[in-house]
Amino acid sequence: MTMQITDPAVRRSAATKPDFRTRLQSWIPKLVLSPSLALIIVFVYGFIFFSVYLSFTDSRILPSYGWVGFENYDKLFRLRHWDIAVSNLVVFSSLYIIFCTVIGLLLAIFLDQKIRGESILRPIYLYPMALSFIVTGTAWKWFLDPGIGLEHTMHLWGWESFSFDWIKNRDFAIYTVVLAAVWQSSGFVMAMFLAGLRGIDNEMLKAAQMDGASNFQLYRRIIIPQLRPAFLSAFVILSHLAIKSYDLVVALTGGGPGRATEVPATFMYSYTFTRNQMGIGASSAVIMLLTIVAIMVPYLYSELREKK
Amino acid sequence: MRKTILKISTALVIGGMSANVAAAGDVEVLHWWTSGGEASALNVLKQDLEGQGIGWNDMPVAGGGGESAMTVLRARVTAGNAPTAVQMLGFDILDWAGEGALADLNAVAEAEGWDAVVPEALQAFAKHDGKWVSAPVNVHSTNWVWANKSVLDANGIAVPTTWEEFEAALATLSAAGVTPIAHGGQAWQEATVFDAIAMSTGGPDFYKSAFVDLDEGALGSDTMVEAFRRMDVIRANVDENFSGRDWNLATAMVINGDAAFQLMGDWAKGEFINAGKVPGEDFLCFRFPGTADQVTFNADQFALFDQGGDVSSEQASLASAILSPSFQSAFNVVKGSAPARTDVSDEAFDACGKKAIADLAAAAHTGNLFGSMAHGHAAPAGIKNAIYDVVTAHFNGEFDAGTAAEELVDAVSIAK
Amino acid sequence: MAVASSDTAIRTGRITRTFLYLVLLLFALFYLLPFGVMVVNSVKPLSEITGGNMMALPKVWTFEPWREAWATAQIGVEPTGLRPYFWNSIKMVVPAVAISTILGALNGYVLTKWRFKYDTMTFGFMLFACFIPFQIVLIPMARVLGLTGMAGSTPGLVFVHVIFGLGFTTLYFKNYYQVFPTELIRAAQIDGAGFFRIFQRILLPSSGPIIVVSVIWQFTNIWNDFLFGASFADLDSQPMTVALNNLVNSSHGVKQYNVHFAGAILAALPTLLVYIVAGRYFVRGLMAGSVKG
Repeated sequence: MTMQITDPAVRRSAATKPDFRTRLQSWIPKLVLSPSLALIIVFVYGFIFFSVYLSFTDSRILPSYGWVGFENYDKLFRLRHWDIAVSNLVVFSSLYIIFCTVIGLLLAIFLDQKIRGESILRPIYLYPMALSFIVTGTAWKWFLDPGIGLEHTMHLWGWESFSFDWIKNRDFAIYTVVLAAVWQSSGFVMAMFLAGLRGIDNEMLKAAQMDGASNFQLYRRIIIPQLRPAFLSAFVILSHLAIKSYDLVVALTGGGPGRATEVPATFMYSYTFTRNQMGIGASSAVIMLLTIVAIMVPYLYSELREKK
Repeated sequence: MRKTILKISTALVIGGMSANVAAAGDVEVLHWWTSGGEASALNVLKQDLEGQGIGWNDMPVAGGGGESAMTVLRARVTAGNAPTAVQMLGFDILDWAGEGALADLNAVAEAEGWDAVVPEALQAFAKHDGKWVSAPVNVHSTNWVWANKSVLDANGIAVPTTWEEFEAALATLSAAGVTPIAHGGQAWQEATVFDAIAMSTGGPDFYKSAFVDLDEGALGSDTMVEAFRRMDVIRANVDENFSGRDWNLATAMVINGDAAFQLMGDWAKGEFINAGKVPGEDFLCFRFPGTADQVTFNADQFALFDQGGDVSSEQASLASAILSPSFQSAFNVVKGSAPARTDVSDEAFDACGKKAIADLAAAAHTGNLFGSMAHGHAAPAGIKNAIYDVVTAHFNGEFDAGTAAEELVDAVSIAK
Repeated sequence: MAVASSDTAIRTGRITRTFLYLVLLLFALFYLLPFGVMVVNSVKPLSEITGGNMMALPKVWTFEPWREAWATAQIGVEPTGLRPYFWNSIKMVVPAVAISTILGALNGYVLTKWRFKYDTMTFGFMLFACFIPFQIVLIPMARVLGLTGMAGSTPGLVFVHVIFGLGFTTLYFKNYYQVFPTELIRAAQIDGAGFFRIFQRILLPSSGPIIVVSVIWQFTNIWNDFLFGASFADLDSQPMTVALNNLVNSSHGVKQYNVHFAGAILAALPTLLVYIVAGRYFVRGLMAGSVKG
């Protein structure tokens, strides 16, 4: 597998002589692609459309089709609960993305310095990504619980004044979700940056070094700017994980204390499935989807256009 | 055991969905009783049915007091693959019956005379449009206080009968350095406390107009503000580590003497019994101060899902097994609740159980039996959860008592 | 005083290196701690957990919690432990990962090497499948599975996981094949090789790293899924996560922390194994695939 960037422009496969075999050949690729495409059209776009439709209906326990216009949206925006969920998402996702990126980049750069034991450290950083939310939630919930976890341990060790009760504190609980989420995904981000770093051409660095650039300057001026694709990939993966984050919140805090860690995904689930207000649930899903579109479309546009 | 599914093309259950039926001789039961005590109680039922040659396919989905199970149920019904019977609470049953998804049990009910033995207030949640749709298993009452007797004795506290006495007791305990109240900070637990406080503060008429009739005047009234103010008192008397704690861990605090009181439904009793404690000697059970005559209840039931056409013979056997006096007694002795029928002998029950049965009968007789708001027996799920939101937000310090009452009016009006 | 190396231009001094190792080890501790504590406590008797220090090593070592979680713990009314559910999960994960990886590879191949009008747009369109919140598909998907007779079965679960994994597998393979030299393909074409032959002979043999990425990603996601497993599975197809949830979230009763921890670790073992065994190819695969181009 060569690692050089080749010219990606590939011409169409249509050969010069369009006999039957080549015509068939030119159809096969589309035939191969079409089942996947069809599945996605029906099960992703069809279902999105269905949700949009539901958000305009009076659906409660099961889908129903009485049209109520924008009533669900009106109710949604009047709910303080929703405001809390949205502002939590803003806090959570920005901290989550920033910390994962910074820690991931830092670890990747450090690991890239010919570290002995890299092959042991790397899986240690990566493994949390392999765990399910129930496992992560169980571990962290217990670890952070002041009564039995870290705080208790510190007290037993004689550090009586040690206090770490964030998970029980309305103003800080959301940060424990950030902590557990960063724990889970920063290793993955590290792997992406490490991959990016390993792909950088060393000749250029050596040339810059000859010109007297320091390590710091090398990273700031040359290496980090070259990691742009890795940054973008990390941003996309992290932001969609943040918006979809449901499992971890449920397993760690259940949205509490009170409703201090409610996020849109838990909001949507609870309105759709436990409060029998499917219409409002659907309208919150639509807002979430729009947010995802707002983030993804510019990214996809810039990425895909470049590759042409 | 592998379940065979045969497809019945008729039977348009909901919006033209076809139903799959469990092979003859099996029932599939969706429930969230997965812990040791409950599961063994349920095992009584399973063995009963197996004795009749009916197989039991177990579908447990734990979590969130049945929330996960309800999501699963929705997917199953939408797929036309509804379980035979589903553990369910209060308004959920009526909502599903309203969708036409439940079976008509009238034939069994008539043959066994359910109408005569099941309390009226309970029938309201087991019947829809005059048809029996589910089989009640028990009646839990939720306005109990559980107390550690030696802690009370050590601090010279008698069983409080009014809010004032209760408040004084809390102050005494607090001054003595004991955690007065063991509480688990989860929305439903806070709502359980609020339930009892609202009943105690405003009395049964207020309770009914606020939580059943959802009257805005009552929801925003000064009485409601006072109820929230009393929640502040409770909040001031719990330990710092309450948030997110499971109710049974709170019960353990009372059992071990780390706290004096717990405000919780009668399922807490099972924890005391398991720990080898004796009612009246080691621990006390009494109605929340100011609600001596009232019983707020919630009842676990098994709703029977329409399997296409008539009630199957397995469903009928299941329903009748659930309501048989022997099962009602055996199950409820373990579970801590009162039987769902009034003609079951209280012989096998302990002191608290006997009191629960007597209280229930008296309350049903005097019109003091109310469905619990906190447990989905006063208002539908959407409204219940809207009330939860406000109660738990207030309890966790998001706003003061006055604002909470205003928020309550608002939240209920949006959820209606 | 610089550690020169053959293939990196960056040089670091001794103090810097000490600092590097310190930071790296601190982070290793951060990643290991919560899970490590869980492992330690899974081999303690319950009394040592509730009464003692979570950091302390067990005074009495016991593997009883593990045995109980695996074989005898109460999951519902049956004391089956997690064992039967483990096999349900395997039966679901293996085909789902295989199918979605194969489809992803073919899609990536078509989208990069057999380009057609609007192919980039088609790709963007497919990519969006990665970002749909799963909760919104629950109800309509249940309906579809019911109508097609796949409700409550392992094939139904496989079907669902394949669909919602397609976006990612296609993305990985597309990025990977993007940088694959097109000349080779054109040469093969001139030699008369057809669509599948080129795929099989030229692309597939060098797809190792990206297959690893795709398999790791899909395996972890599908194995760890709870929502679909709980909603679309039946008695004989419920995956391990659902059983673990039943074990850990028992609504009432005494919390047996040690059994819960043992169960949680058991449920995580297959994915951990995949990460550890295939982990070293992971960065290599990412390097060649998703973050480049």
